Amino acid sequence: MTDIAATAPAHGAEHAHAHAHDHDHDTPGFFVRWFMSTNHKDIGTLYLIFAIVAGIVGGAISGMMRLELAEPGIQYLTGWAQWLDPAATEVQGKHMWNVLITAHGLIMVFFMVMPAMIGGFGNWFVPLMIGAPDMAFPRMNNVSFWLTFVAFIMLVGSSFVPGGSGHGAGTGWTVYAPLSTSGSVGPAVDMAIFSLHLAGAASILGAINFITTIFNMRAPGMTLHKMPLFVWSVLVTAFLLLLALPVLAAAITMLLTDRNFGTTFYDATGGGDPVLYQHLFWFFGHPEVYIMILPGFGIVSQIISTFSRKPVFGYLGMAYAMVAIGVVGFIVWAHHMFTVGMSVNLKMYFTAATMVIAVPTGIKIFSWIATMWGGSLSFKTPMMWSLGFIFMFTVGGVTGVVLANGGVDTNLHDTYYVVAHFHYVLSLGAVFSLFAGFYYWFPKMSGRMYNEALGQLHFWVFFIGVNVMFFPQHFLGQQGMPRRYPDYAEAYAYWHHISSLGYVIMAVGMIFFFVNILYALFAGKKAADNPWGEGATTLEWTLSSPPPFHQFNELPRIS
Amino acid sequence: MKSLKTPVIKALIAAALSLGAVGAGQAAAPAAPVAAPAAAPTAANPAPAVAEAAAPAPAATPVVDATADATYVPMKPTPGIGQPVDAGINFQPQVSPIGEQAYAFNHYILLPVIIAISLLVLGLLLWVMFRYRAKANPVPSKTTHNTFIEIIWTAIPVLILALIAVPSIQLLAAQYEPPKKDALTIKVTGYQWYWGYAYPDQGIPEYVSKILPEDQAKARGEPYHLAVDNRMVVPVGRQVKLIITGADVIHSFAVPAFWTKMDAVPGRANETTFTATKVGVYYGQCSELCGVDHGYMPIAVEVLPVEKWEAWVRSKGGNPAGPQPAAASAAAPAAPAAVPAAAPATPTAATAQTAPEAAPAAAPAAAPAAKK
Repeated sequence: MTDIAATAPAHGAEHAHAHAHDHDHDTPGFFVRWFMSTNHKDIGTLYLIFAIVAGIVGGAISGMMRLELAEPGIQYLTGWAQWLDPAATEVQGKHMWNVLITAHGLIMVFFMVMPAMIGGFGNWFVPLMIGAPDMAFPRMNNVSFWLTFVAFIMLVGSSFVPGGSGHGAGTGWTVYAPLSTSGSVGPAVDMAIFSLHLAGAASILGAINFITTIFNMRAPGMTLHKMPLFVWSVLVTAFLLLLALPVLAAAITMLLTDRNFGTTFYDATGGGDPVLYQHLFWFFGHPEVYIMILPGFGIVSQIISTFSRKPVFGYLGMAYAMVAIGVVGFIVWAHHMFTVGMSVNLKMYFTAATMVIAVPTGIKIFSWIATMWGGSLSFKTPMMWSLGFIFMFTVGGVTGVVLANGGVDTNLHDTYYVVAHFHYVLSLGAVFSLFAGFYYWFPKMSGRMYNEALGQLHFWVFFIGVNVMFFPQHFLGQQGMPRRYPDYAEAYAYWHHISSLGYVIMAVGMIFFFVNILYALFAGKKAADNPWGEGATTLEWTLSSPPPFHQFNELPRIS
Repeated sequence: MKSLKTPVIKALIAAALSLGAVGAGQAAAPAAPVAAPAAAPTAANPAPAVAEAAAPAPAATPVVDATADATYVPMKPTPGIGQPVDAGINFQPQVSPIGEQAYAFNHYILLPVIIAISLLVLGLLLWVMFRYRAKANPVPSKTTHNTFIEIIWTAIPVLILALIAVPSIQLLAAQYEPPKKDALTIKVTGYQWYWGYAYPDQGIPEYVSKILPEDQAKARGEPYHLAVDNRMVVPVGRQVKLIITGADVIHSFAVPAFWTKMDAVPGRANETTFTATKVGVYYGQCSELCGVDHGYMPIAVEVLPVEKWEAWVRSKGGNPAGPQPAAASAAAPAAPAAVPAAAPATPTAATAQTAPEAAPAAAPAAAPAAKK
């Protein structure tokens, strides 16, 4: 631990407790600071800015999709395809649809939620919360960010090169073979796969960094069972990343060789099997959904505790529920592929195993409520997002229990019911927790207070918008509307139209968010060290807002 | 797990299932035509003659003869049945026993449970927000543990899930029951971007089912996006066994009103069954992303009374009775053996591995009919 601490500039020791006054001669110049950064807070900031930009791109794409789906028929796709390829016809328009769904999924998963949760909040607050001066491997941290950045460029770039029927990769974010091998000629899919390789490598590096940091750099007295739940959540997430992403890397590497070098891993005519790809993909893909939500659990735990002015109820149960979710998350993958033609025994197993996950998830929901029970609640913006998270995640969770039943899934598989389900747990779950964390820690990160009224407006408008957008999709799914369709029978028009209106409401809510950020940065009140009062007990609130460039030159002691 | 070269599978399945009546009709299966001419006259042609002599089995035959000449006219769909309805929120009305069972499971067990849980969580949230707001409760308690309640909220969900699991497992078991002996076999092949259907036992070679253009669909009084030019046609009340495969990429054959969905995976032959209990037209759509026209390869299944279905089979040049009655009348004890042997043994997937065993077993059973 002392070795690591020594990597901080030596003169930091001279003013052991002086945080604020030495910024000028301590921080490097602009280029070195932001492009060669080794500071966990700067890298966290880069990740957050990156995630917001990627979120704008991914959100704009979903806007294009909701616009196209607002009415039956194909109205806009061909025109959009002509941006990429002036010679595009309606065929390229329909291909454009597949490019949009692919890009939306990959961007939101790999370049919005993951960078924000783990890269952004994880980098910023794991070291602060465990009383560490920085991450264990600062340069690896930097490599991790820039790999993610290049991966994003690769993915966006893939839209501009041929990908089969039109420009861009139109395989869906799952990149199923053989649609992604023999079914998509041209470099676009190769670029998208390579983008996943880079993003995956970045995540593995990040995971190694977090595990090492959390295991080795806790301040004296900060035992594992005293760590804040957010740190626990990042620790479990890091293990999921470390174990799941190599499987994805292997799976998509075999896609690349099938595409380019004549191997037949996923081609039945050469002794391979398309279903093998699905098993490998979902062995990664299911832990991936917990990778996206577990840090959210951690964030929400901190916030509920803070604004209830009460310690988390059942701390150990909460921590080990996350561990349990992480472990069981690895043995339920095939519920994503109930219709591929599995044996009935396998379906029974995956049905039962999947339902087991509802138990630790239920423990978390009830523990959050019990944390508030007897508390003294104030409803600041972060708390509103967290309350919204608990309810919306519950709704997404119970539809997950429905889908877990292999026999029921037969009907709902690959319909809008599934779309509604995973948007409730991600767009209303993970994203709510991201906004909660953003408002919660914004004063700490920027040193400025956001505007409370704008924050509340953002929450309520967004909350209504996403519910109007996604709740009717349950109805569409039950009626039989399949996923990934650019066009649909007229009977589906009503709920699609409502859903698109929901998008507009949601988008209005986002305006308040961006106005609020600008307002806070340029005219926000200065934030106190601890703006949230006695409920905020974790170490980051003992530092100034924003924290000094290097913190904890003298390690805090946890009693 | 069990895959071989696609053409080989096609050829073997075609040979095994059709008893050589007619090849799969696919360019990819050069082996099938070789087998087909040899067996076709023996198995298919004598059937009507024999059937008339052996009256008890196909009692419907004379009736069919009366109506057989009537040309098949595609049935009009019933609004609200077998297709989505405007602003509908529920599942499509189920017209198969499995569909009814699954719907009841969802509607009377899952749905009430998930609504109750959601309302419970919402109610608790609203209650703590009201009761423990800072104004009402300025001094927070310091409670952080209560072992009893933690055990309760672990045990009760376990109990609920266990109760859900029982009917869920039963449903799965019912879905995977092996097909009955008299099940009608249809081979379904997903192509980019249309479906191919073949009735090997009836000797109907593969025909193609494509989406109807908007004007034609409207002219026929069918919903655009769902209507097709050539439907899959099945008899009411008789179990249908689908052998599903994909020719190029993965597709998925789905009919919501039957609670049926099965992926069409290249190199595999997936099996699933359904029994339609009501006459009508039931629509479905491809349910696995398969490229540009994924949204434009619908499925339409027309369920007809038996005699009308037989008329349809004849209009397609097939023999509704199939090779079975021929074998039954000639060599009654052998016939039952032939059918299950020809039917793939595993309920999950009829793979090529079962096919070679089935083919020789079926051949001797058909042979006596040929002699006669």
